[in-house]
Amino acid sequence: MTHVDPQQAAEVALWLLSLGVGVAFARLIRGPSLPDRVVAFDMIGNLLVGGVLLLGISTHELYQLRVATVLALINFLGTVAFALYVQRRELP
Amino acid sequence: MKSLILQTATRYLFPLLVLYSVFLLVRGHHEPGGGFIGGLMAAAPIALCALAYDVDVARNLLPLRPIRLLALGLATAAGVSIGALFMGRPLLTGSWVELPMPGGGVLDLGTPLLFDLGIYLVVLGVVTQIIFSLATKSPLHWERDES
Repeated sequence: MTHVDPQQAAEVALWLLSLGVGVAFARLIRGPSLPDRVVAFDMIGNLLVGGVLLLGISTHELYQLRVATVLALINFLGTVAFALYVQRRELP
Repeated sequence: MKSLILQTATRYLFPLLVLYSVFLLVRGHHEPGGGFIGGLMAAAPIALCALAYDVDVARNLLPLRPIRLLALGLATAAGVSIGALFMGRPLLTGSWVELPMPGGGVLDLGTPLLFDLGIYLVVLGVVTQIIFSLATKSPLHWERDES
């Protein structure tokens, strides 16, 4: 079993997450309906949480952990608000 | 439209968010954090309650009206910063007290924490006032309700 450098692994994972953000952004622009865009927005937020954590791994800074926590909590709130407005719009 | 899932989740998330905002407020002077981001985090559970339950429920969570919270915070921050003048030092100078804690640690307490508390209350007041104004139809609804 070969030894894997955590820094290099974090870098590769960051590239992959960036790819994911790019794909989600394409859905955010193209998305035929509003719920598609909301889901893409939520996905970008969650990928950003992972990106911040990977940045924390590669720089050995502990405070990135708190940034990721705040981002995860607030991101959830934004999605809930969007969902409520989508529901309210389709109600009547 | 009341969602049972969202209401139950709010019941668990509320203390978590409030605790985290206080955590950000207290550790703010030496590390990332502080009054502003703590106040924003404190407004998040209020907004969550306004979404999950009702705006009136969220209003009753606050001990004071948002505008009074704002005034109280501004008075605290201004009082602390002017207080340094009475001690013969320049405006906004912080003074620190080192309290020995059981277990060998030392607790650094200073006036910057009080200043941050003022900012916390100002931001909380402004953001909750904005949320309530946007959630109700008229921006002056709150004023007419109380007086």
